[in-house]
Amino acid sequence: MDVQDIKKILNATVYCGEEFLEREVHTACGSDMMSDVLAFVKDQSVLLTGLVNSQVVRTAEMMDMVCIVFVRGKRPDETMITLAKDYGIVLMSTGLRMFTACGLLYENGLKGGCNA
Amino acid sequence: MSEPIKLSYHVPGDDFTRAGEASSAVKKTLKKLGVHPDVVRRVAIAMYEGEINMVIHAHGGEIEVEIHPDIVKMELRDTGPGIEDISLAMQEGYSTAPDEVRNLGFGAGMGLPNMKKYTDDMRIESELGVGTTVWMTVKNE
Repeated sequence: MDVQDIKKILNATVYCGEEFLEREVHTACGSDMMSDVLAFVKDQSVLLTGLVNSQVVRTAEMMDMVCIVFVRGKRPDETMITLAKDYGIVLMSTGLRMFTACGLLYENGLKGGCNA
Repeated sequence: MSEPIKLSYHVPGDDFTRAGEASSAVKKTLKKLGVHPDVVRRVAIAMYEGEINMVIHAHGGEIEVEIHPDIVKMELRDTGPGIEDISLAMQEGYSTAPDEVRNLGFGAGMGLPNMKKYTDDMRIESELGVGTTVWMTVKNE
């Protein structure tokens, strides 16, 4: 699927990176702990999180991710949007909770990208 | 690229929002130099973990990076409280970070182990009340 599909499936609002919605994505991870994302994630291109601060965007950048989805209606602030624009990362927000958002994406073909 | 490229950064300790700026800048430079993406990512993650540690535990510090054709060397120095037991700090899940740091998404005790995991070599020297220096290298093969 592409980032546009994620937006549709999660009924999400995009805050920046509209120009990157056609990027292909195959794997995702969901976490509120950036420590765990940095330690365990490998080659996942989408991050779902309920955490809202600049380090979420920086973590995604370090991991070469292309899209961050904020769950439970969390919204990024201006600093985060500016950072994400600089890095070319799509930021979007969905009213869905983490479990439901991850489940819907998985059901539609997005995988975890690891066996564990 | 015969002469090493040397980069220096001051990491401010009072602004969590800015933590990661140095790592991000190094990542950008390595990308521009055409370094292999895997090497770029390993350097970026290891340095970012170190930078976050500096801000969380040591009120900031200094970072020096040397980019050689075959290796990237990083030195992270702080004058923070020091690490009491380095072998304990290297264990996954061990953390002395306060709850407010965990609320920011860090402090799971994965920082130092992760830095070791992503680098080819890592060395730590620390003295209580004096500070900590971490040396890391990533081979560019």
